[in-house]
Amino acid sequence: MVKRISLPITQEDISSLRVGDNVLLSGRIITGRDAAHKRLYELAAQGKELPVDISGQIIYYVGPAPAKPPRSIGPAGPTSSYRMDKYTPLLLDSGLKGMIGKGIRSKEVIDSMIKNKAIYFAAIGGAAALISQSIKESRILCYEDLGTESICEYVVEDFPCIVAIDSYGNNIYEDASRKYSIVP
Amino acid sequence: MRKIDAKIIKDTVKQLFLDCNYFIGDDVKNALKSAFLTETSPVGREVIRQILENDEIAAREHIPMCQDTGMAVLFVEYGDKVVIENGSFAKAVEDGVREAYKDGFLRKSIVSDPVFERKNTGDNTPPVIHTTIVEGENIRITAGGKGFGSENMSQIKMFSPSAGIDGVKEFILDTVRHAGPNPCPPIVVGVGIGGTFEMCAQLAKKATFRSIDIRNNDTKYLQIEEELLNDINKMGFGPAGLGGRTTALAVNIETMPTHIAGMPVAVNICCHAARHKTAVI
Repeated sequence: MVKRISLPITQEDISSLRVGDNVLLSGRIITGRDAAHKRLYELAAQGKELPVDISGQIIYYVGPAPAKPPRSIGPAGPTSSYRMDKYTPLLLDSGLKGMIGKGIRSKEVIDSMIKNKAIYFAAIGGAAALISQSIKESRILCYEDLGTESICEYVVEDFPCIVAIDSYGNNIYEDASRKYSIVP
Repeated sequence: MRKIDAKIIKDTVKQLFLDCNYFIGDDVKNALKSAFLTETSPVGREVIRQILENDEIAAREHIPMCQDTGMAVLFVEYGDKVVIENGSFAKAVEDGVREAYKDGFLRKSIVSDPVFERKNTGDNTPPVIHTTIVEGENIRITAGGKGFGSENMSQIKMFSPSAGIDGVKEFILDTVRHAGPNPCPPIVVGVGIGGTFEMCAQLAKKATFRSIDIRNNDTKYLQIEEELLNDINKMGFGPAGLGGRTTALAVNIETMPTHIAGMPVAVNICCHAARHKTAVI
């Protein structure tokens, strides 16, 4: 069964989602990856105001390929999330509610997710052309100088993802590989 | 001597990078199709179905299959009876990469200084070029865009010869286990054994550029490739790391002679978008 979630995500939505749930997200999300995270983190660590309001938002770890006209967005699949781990707990403490990426997270991130009642979705790595069909609009919010790494706002419609770590700390990457591993 | 115009080099390189980013090879497509039939995890099957659909969209619309169109890597076998006219070989290759990434809507992913400035070079140059001088009057170029989600999961180790095949196998399995769900499985595992420190890394890259329907012609290494693939697919990571029996599509091993005191082993991981195309000029 697929759960449809309208954004911005509510705390009730987050509490109701469980690891492994298939989800279609519709509404607005923001984007940001390595270089943008470093900048946001440094500002937040100094107690300064961020150039984009992350409160209640879901951030998608992505650096898209250029859009080929008439499309408004190029292929845009998730990048590996672990590289954002260093920056994530502080951003969650600053109000971020969710992340979309791929792959494992650190214990610090998972602990912070439980504390802040946040959620982590996985999108399918390498399915960038397919995923981009659910991104209807894109506009740059800040850090334009970073090119593909700038922070954008996407309007998404039925963006496909799966709950990888829920707000209770249940982790699909541990559960799933344990279920399918064959120990000799 | 045979004369080749630099423009031919540039145009060929450009086409190789466009083709490899838009069109997944039949080797990977066939492996994904057969994995779809054998995968036991429902989530894993759905992921494979989405990857196949994704690759069809990319080929149909001439857009990259993955947003990470990679760092441009080329293996060049340069015939010693070839002379380049109207330009230089190195510049022609770089220009071909630049034009492909600019005109083909490929992502520019290269930063200038690796540690401090990290400013995007804006045109995905410079490429990484591995050149071998060979006899003859042809130039053979194999090109691929190497994504870094999987590149980051690669490892190298200088073994003592006493480690033997068991040490080699354990290291390869450890590398894949450590990579886990991160490198966009199902992966292609490229292994280089022998040579020197830098050469075994190059062999490992070359192994990821070998079509996965081409198996090792040395029966000893063929058997190791099969054993490792079997062991990796027991790990349970599965497609996208969401659980399943298809963690790798192939293990490709390339070897060369080495020193009496050593046994270098490099493991280069490649995602399911195992992109490479070859042209002979």
